[in-house]
Amino acid sequence: MAGIVGYGAYIPKYRIKSETIAEVWGEDPDRIQKGLGILEKSVPASDEDSATMSVEAARIAMKRAGIPRESIGAVYVGSESHPYAVKPTATMVAQALGTIPNLTAADLEFACKAGTAGIQICMGLAGSNMVRYGLAIGADTAQGRPGDALEYSAAAAAAAYIIGPEEESLALIEDTFSYTTDTPDFWRRPKADFPSHGGRFTGEPAYFKHVQGAFNGLMEKMDEKIDNYDYFIFHQPNAKFPRAVAKKLGVPKEKLAEGMLCPIIGNTYSANAPLALANVLDHAKAGERIFVTSFGSGAGSDAFSIKVTDKIEEKRRNGYPLSHFIENKEYITYAIYAKLRKKYKGM
Amino acid sequence: MKESISLTWRRIPERYKMYGSKCQTCSSTYFPPRSLCPKCRRKGKMEPFEFSGNGKVYSFTEIHAPPSGFEEQVPYVIAVVELDEGSRCTGQIVDAEGKDVKIGDHVEGVFRKILSDDPEGPIHYGFKFRLKK
Ligand SMILES: [Zn+2]
Repeated sequence: MAGIVGYGAYIPKYRIKSETIAEVWGEDPDRIQKGLGILEKSVPASDEDSATMSVEAARIAMKRAGIPRESIGAVYVGSESHPYAVKPTATMVAQALGTIPNLTAADLEFACKAGTAGIQICMGLAGSNMVRYGLAIGADTAQGRPGDALEYSAAAAAAAYIIGPEEESLALIEDTFSYTTDTPDFWRRPKADFPSHGGRFTGEPAYFKHVQGAFNGLMEKMDEKIDNYDYFIFHQPNAKFPRAVAKKLGVPKEKLAEGMLCPIIGNTYSANAPLALANVLDHAKAGERIFVTSFGSGAGSDAFSIKVTDKIEEKRRNGYPLSHFIENKEYITYAIYAKLRKKYKGM
Repeated sequence: MKESISLTWRRIPERYKMYGSKCQTCSSTYFPPRSLCPKCRRKGKMEPFEFSGNGKVYSFTEIHAPPSGFEEQVPYVIAVVELDEGSRCTGQIVDAEGKDVKIGDHVEGVFRKILSDDPEGPIHYGFKFRLKK
């Protein structure tokens, strides 16, 4: 079995409020806030992208792991906003961390779940001793078409996990289970600037079916039950879906609280469930258990059963906790937001 | 602003990880790296040395008339930073305007895009600084 040896997460400083966006498009801000449950979202600075945020998150993860950087044998960066169409993000991250040159690296893409896919790959590599440590990152600077519902949610952040031997772990990954089908709920063609989505279709046959499939699959595989877990994390495309799926599955809503970042950060795509997990790990106690279910359009879900060990206290002392980046924020206008996200013609 | 691919590539260790140099004879550190120690001259022996990126603001200015490729970031702050391991270097202070910065403020190194104005060219990355809070 493999576990989490180090973790780190990063959120850019800038925020835009839902009401600021609603004002521009003549929408009722109350309706947006109630409908999506999103009050504000993170916005990257003009010199930030998925590679720079990955490095920020991974540097914190390295501090917490306390391992020699040369011992990282694999780096995977999951994102749907890799800076280049052709040229890996993972090599830039590996170089900036100093883990080069004796390692394998690649970029992953699976809408909002490429980060958890990377964690699974590293579990396989570390669990089979092919590498001692693997680094899996989920990072995105998500874009929404101006005026589209996605504009209220598409946000930016990164979360990094160093997966390694059980005996060095601050949290054990007890097991994982995935549920995948081909479902056209959300997509972006190569030359399109913004993604398209299936509107109402994104709910039942996409999000709910896959999240429930992975959740129930792992519960059955492990012969476990909801009562045996202290925290639950469901992918948060908005604040409504995770609450609705928890209700359907019988998960008490108090157990979602620690991981609910969507209302104040937005949907950070590939960083979504990994970012929520970082916040839970910042607060969890030894012996507590966490059930994580990610979701990526297209579509699939990865579920994980995680148990915090007694190494959590000493390891998480190093590096910034997520609260550092949650609290350090600056609000921007829609005009500045449009500049930062290059929404003006000719940029 | 254009930079040749080979120059960009040669500067990656310096820009991504703040590799400078340290004289093994007199222990002086240099950033950007030098091949000859100006204090020891021929007696000096230079080795690569990695800076932490931590330091203090020595002086700074807010840029309003930027070189081409930096227009979107105006106004931004360029500072001379006194690095904790010795040596001074120039770099941008991110997520801040001139009014946010004071001489003596502690900063930490961050990894950011330096230049990406050519839509078909490479993206240049490297270190910048952020105020420590
Ligand atoms: Zn010398």
